Amino acid sequence: MRLTCPRCGSRDLREFTYRGAALARPDSQEWSPAWDDYLHLRDNPAGLSTEYWYHGLGCAAFLIVQRDTRTHEVHSVTLAAEGRT
Amino acid sequence: MRFSGLRVLREGLSGNKGWGPQWRDPAPKPAYDIVIIGGGGHGLSTAYYLAREHGLKNVAVLEKGYLGGGNVGRNTTIVRANYILPGNSEFYSHSLKLWEGLEEELNYNVMHSQRGLINLFHSDGQRDAFVRRGNAMRNQGDDAELLDRDGVRKHLPYLDFDQGRYPIHGGLLHRRGGTARHDAVAWGYARGASDRGVDLIQNCEVTGIDVEGGKVTGVQTSRGAIKARKVAIVTAGRSGQVAAMAGMRLPIESQVLQAFVTEGLKPVIDHVVSFGMGHFYISQSDKGGLVFGGDLDFYPSYAQRGNLPTAEHVMEAAMTLMPAIGKARVLRSWGGIMDMTPDGSPIIDKTDIDGLYLDCGWCYGGFKAVPGSGFALAHLIATGRPHDSAAKLRLDRFRDGYGLMDEEGTGAQHHLH
Amino acid sequence: MRLPSGGQIDRDTPVRFRFDGRDYTGFQGDTLASALMAHDVRVLARSFKYHRPRGTFSAGSEEPNALVTLGSGAGADPNVRATQQELFDGLEAFGQNAWPSVGFDVMEVNDLLSDFLGAGFYYKTFMWPKKAWERLYEPIIRRAAGLGRLSGKADPDRNETAFAHCDLLVIGGGPAGLMAALAAGQAGADVILCEEEARLGGRLLSEVEQIDGGPALDWVAKVKRSLKELPNVRIMARTTVTGVYDCGTYGALERVSRHMPRGRAPVDCFWRITARKAVLAAGAIERPIALRNNDRPGVMLAGALRAYVNRYAVAPGRAVVIFGNNDDAHRSARDLLAAGVHVAALIDSRPDATCDLPLAFHPGAVVTAVHGRNVVEAITFQEASGRSQKLQCDCLGLSGGWNPSIHLTCHLNGRPVWDEGIAAFVAQEGAVPGLHPVGAAGAVFSTAGALDTGAETAGELLSQMGFDPAEITVPEAERQAYAIAPLWNVPGTGRAWLDLQNDVTVKDVRGAAAENFRSVEHMKRYTTQGMAPDQGKTSNIGALAVLADATGRDIPGTGTTTYRPPFAPVPIAAMGAGGRGTGFAPQRFITSHDLSVAMNAPMVEAGLWYRPSFFPRAGEKTWRQSCDREVAMVRSAVGIADVSTLGKIDIQGADAAAFLDFVYANKFSTLKPGRVRYGLMLREDGHVMDDGTTACLAPDHYVMTTTTAAAGPVMMHLEFASQVLKPEWDVRLTSVTEQWAQFAVAGPQSRALLEALLERDLSNDAFPFMSCAPITLAGVKGRLFRISFSGELAYEIAVPARYGESLFRTLVARAEALGGGAYGMEALNILRIEKGLLTHAELHGRTTAFDLGLERMLSPSKDFIGKAAASRPGLVDPDRERLVGLRSLGPVLQMTSGAFLFEEGAEPVRENAQGYVTSVGYSPTLPGFLALAFLKNGPERHGEQIRMVDHLRGIHANCEVCDPQFFDPEGERVRG
Repeated sequence: MRLTCPRCGSRDLREFTYRGAALARPDSQEWSPAWDDYLHLRDNPAGLSTEYWYHGLGCAAFLIVQRDTRTHEVHSVTLAAEGRT
Repeated sequence: MRFSGLRVLREGLSGNKGWGPQWRDPAPKPAYDIVIIGGGGHGLSTAYYLAREHGLKNVAVLEKGYLGGGNVGRNTTIVRANYILPGNSEFYSHSLKLWEGLEEELNYNVMHSQRGLINLFHSDGQRDAFVRRGNAMRNQGDDAELLDRDGVRKHLPYLDFDQGRYPIHGGLLHRRGGTARHDAVAWGYARGASDRGVDLIQNCEVTGIDVEGGKVTGVQTSRGAIKARKVAIVTAGRSGQVAAMAGMRLPIESQVLQAFVTEGLKPVIDHVVSFGMGHFYISQSDKGGLVFGGDLDFYPSYAQRGNLPTAEHVMEAAMTLMPAIGKARVLRSWGGIMDMTPDGSPIIDKTDIDGLYLDCGWCYGGFKAVPGSGFALAHLIATGRPHDSAAKLRLDRFRDGYGLMDEEGTGAQHHLH
Repeated sequence: MRLPSGGQIDRDTPVRFRFDGRDYTGFQGDTLASALMAHDVRVLARSFKYHRPRGTFSAGSEEPNALVTLGSGAGADPNVRATQQELFDGLEAFGQNAWPSVGFDVMEVNDLLSDFLGAGFYYKTFMWPKKAWERLYEPIIRRAAGLGRLSGKADPDRNETAFAHCDLLVIGGGPAGLMAALAAGQAGADVILCEEEARLGGRLLSEVEQIDGGPALDWVAKVKRSLKELPNVRIMARTTVTGVYDCGTYGALERVSRHMPRGRAPVDCFWRITARKAVLAAGAIERPIALRNNDRPGVMLAGALRAYVNRYAVAPGRAVVIFGNNDDAHRSARDLLAAGVHVAALIDSRPDATCDLPLAFHPGAVVTAVHGRNVVEAITFQEASGRSQKLQCDCLGLSGGWNPSIHLTCHLNGRPVWDEGIAAFVAQEGAVPGLHPVGAAGAVFSTAGALDTGAETAGELLSQMGFDPAEITVPEAERQAYAIAPLWNVPGTGRAWLDLQNDVTVKDVRGAAAENFRSVEHMKRYTTQGMAPDQGKTSNIGALAVLADATGRDIPGTGTTTYRPPFAPVPIAAMGAGGRGTGFAPQRFITSHDLSVAMNAPMVEAGLWYRPSFFPRAGEKTWRQSCDREVAMVRSAVGIADVSTLGKIDIQGADAAAFLDFVYANKFSTLKPGRVRYGLMLREDGHVMDDGTTACLAPDHYVMTTTTAAAGPVMMHLEFASQVLKPEWDVRLTSVTEQWAQFAVAGPQSRALLEALLERDLSNDAFPFMSCAPITLAGVKGRLFRISFSGELAYEIAVPARYGESLFRTLVARAEALGGGAYGMEALNILRIEKGLLTHAELHGRTTAFDLGLERMLSPSKDFIGKAAASRPGLVDPDRERLVGLRSLGPVLQMTSGAFLFEEGAEPVRENAQGYVTSVGYSPTLPGFLALAFLKNGPERHGEQIRMVDHLRGIHANCEVCDPQFFDPEGERVRG
């Protein structure tokens, strides 16, 4: 599999690490169902999935990858910290 | 029909004309007491034990494809009871005891072979972790022995003891660990369940779960609606999608695990061997193929296939550990869909919906759990109470933080397996 | 028998080889199979289950029968396809899966018992008595099963892996592939052409036909010359594309030196090829027709017969019968006749077939049986009239039609589609994005069609990739007709083989269906059809057809099988070449590595690093003696330890302090420049991830240390926190682990040592505990920290890595002058256990701050990663196993890590377990065995007696529960 890092271009899977579904961290500092959702419960889609990936053996960017979990087709790759250089 | 050597002899002499279907192919009835979604190893064993242990026979197993077509038919066939943490310990221990009588129980040769499993360790720290594991196994009443380097050499002379990146310091031997013929397990349970009156319905995809007033009432399927008083979701690999039909979200993410088999070879590996530093484990099937696997591909997938980097990593582990198998040729590789829970341990539990049960989250350990899981789920469905061996496999442990079973200590989060 | 003329062998270059102990001679250009055929060696192998004699069946990598072992000794190579193995001088091969030899194999007795050994018989027996499976039945079955034998010794040969990239990958160098490569090469695209065989040409090598008005092979040679002239085209011969992976990634196996005696060249190279587009020009594979005893040596694929005649100039027999259901079978008859081989009959199952060849032609007839044992002696066939006759012959060619080689199109789960017209499965459109079948692989069975589709598809792909496809002329070629009437098996008594390798017969498939193994997958798994080394390349479709018939369904309604990678088997040594020796993982070396080795320190693996275990001195016979001495040295004088392996992360930016507050559980924004603080880091799930010290160099500049093992994970964790959770903050992270060499200087004499070295005041007033400062040492800028992992007055001094070795040498020399010296991991571990300090033995991923007695570090006044989850009731339950110290009571042999704790008198079983031991060491300071352990409700149980049980080592010890800080609990020494 390959991902196209917005900074580095098309690179082999072995440069990247999956880092979980792209979800928003709850604001609350107290344990709550929102935290259970964030940490544990998953839509786990058979289809389009939005995920964080880390280009650890490349530019160290965190990426937001839209990918089909049935076909491994990659729809889009963007920087998680869009706007940062 | 009872299987035996005599029967094989008699049939052979009379042209093998007497063998009948190993299970019936009934049309679905409009209603059952219990519907089990999923005709894999766990679903079939659940049905079997419902009938066998609890006399519940108005049971249907609904299978989208063919019986045993899920992970029970695509794994590395290892059977063991070598866990550290309470919850897993007693569950897998009980499951192994069921394995030990399975041929007799099912009158089906599932080729359960207790050839011994050796976990190798490569540093003092790893040794200490394996000592703890071995002691946990002994606490549980299972077997474990500590081998030093020479002890390992006696069992596994073909390993590369000197040149590897991570020299072998010793190993933990689990003599009752071993392998089984994976498909036969599914077929044996299918035959046993069918003989006891359970309807096994293939090519029947569940498309909806009917819930009224917080209580399950039946399922919608590609072969029509089926009413049921109790429904169990036993669809590891697809648990999330099926649970979603009942409006549930699960603590599960589906990831790929690859496995490999080589061409047939004369006996070379007599044990199950696991490499502590390389996520590599291997055994040799009775047919002669080396069956081996490694770590997850580490990303969500339903594609039932893996990618090259992981495959190469597995082969590299093989070459650093046992270069004696270098000339073996990989014949086939495949990927299974793993129901990964945050802590890497399974779930057998009721749900918030009355009459709806869940058996999922088997991660990469589902095969050896087939007897234990079916036994415990059948007990839960039949009695309403968890079986002692599975009482800690709770769905809500992540919510309250009690009894997490993070065997590897990598963290009870989905991206940390 | 070798034909007097013809073929593509080099008759001027004889090649000597041995098979099963006998010497033979072949020619350059032969395969092992063709050379043995020239010598009329008919039995090359034995079948898997019934040990029936088997001969060469095909002329390619699809071979199900002729598997041999190549070479002997450690490098013996089992399961080599004789049909693929090029002959070389000195080649030595052996028959396998037979005793004493393939010519006479006592295991053939299995064949007599075949009525009892049908598909799945083993599921029904061998169950009694219970213990007999492992002891009796399984060993016998295992010995009988398997094919070749590994030597049992380490593979002595070298292999390689490599990467390659291209615009267009052309898979197969036959007419379609050559045309595609030429078109793409001339258009300027980067092209890789992979051809499984040594020579380009594909099927043309085995045919007699014309292209461009001349012999087809002349055209092949011309195209090859043109391709070689193009710098953007790379021809990879002897290279099989074995797998398709996501996003244009392909695996390929190059057999680099299998065609020559073993030398220094790698045997194989496994390639990972990334291609923007690919054409699949892999051709087609012929399939046989199942009939009684169709497995006897001399029964072959009809297309293979003419390959042996045309390419290798060997006659596969002296009297050949050809039986087929399609036009292609006639071509084989034609070519054999042309080569002067006697064709005893051409039998075509199609009643309406015609033939103008000068031979006995039987339309509408079928061969019903083969006679003979070690070689075909005759066949029986039934004419259209129903009359049966027996015909003497020594070779039978079978053609049940051709299957396009679409295996690779299925590797991403594409399901093939049934094509009535050619009675075969064809590729599903778009099954692999970017991979396009052409020629026979694309179900176009004529040479002209292959050239057309090759050029045309390449043109389309080039345009898609933005190349300007050059005008390319497709040469004139033959447009052979291919008509077929499906025939899968000839009914009758006896056993008719489907899967030759695994001994699966028509009866087996029908039997499986009768037992309700009606799904293709069930049938395959129950009968083992298609699971042998050839993966059913010549047999799967036939078996599917028989199953369809047995279950009253048509073929597409019955299903298909999935082809999984690899297309052809790949040696583990090739794909795993990088792992040999120390190649499995990178090795990281500290700057003091060589010096430590020179001091005789055993270096042990610590993650990817190597660290010194201890530094033995003269007279010390065991590691314990050295360790005890090193501990005492640190406690009484001064010790030097290389701590460079700890992760070092440079953190800069205006929001660096806020960031540290967020990633650590305790507060850092109050830390002043020049000060250091111990930090506890949690995972978001509330468990402890790591610990370490972070120094404030300036208000916007910090340097964090992590444990050795967690350096990588922590870096990723921080990047996640920075880029994903707090992208608006101004923080930059840089791993500087490799850039700094860092040494601990520990012990009462450490101040004296460093004051002399650095020529500065390090008194408590000038440089108190938990201080940091820039230093200059011999003109080199460095850093000094006053931190301690030993409980002693201690410092850590850091310099740029290139000065590490020099500094270590200096420090050790000065320490030795003060009665100290270097100390290793063993002493370091004892020192920290004496102080109850933590490593990953305690921070093993399942522990919480609460378990470690560090709950007060969880700051209530700020948000931090893991805060919410750490407050879950299950993570702060007093009954959790929590950190304690254990001291041995009375004389004990040993305390051991991994032992469990039980109350006195309680049976040592899981239900009674109170906790477990994580770290143990013998303290020469106190002295005695000490341990750190986790104990239920531990902190409330100090002073209690507890029993430690290590079942594995048979060790039981009574211990006293105590505070984990065994030594200097007030911490006076560290501040001294």
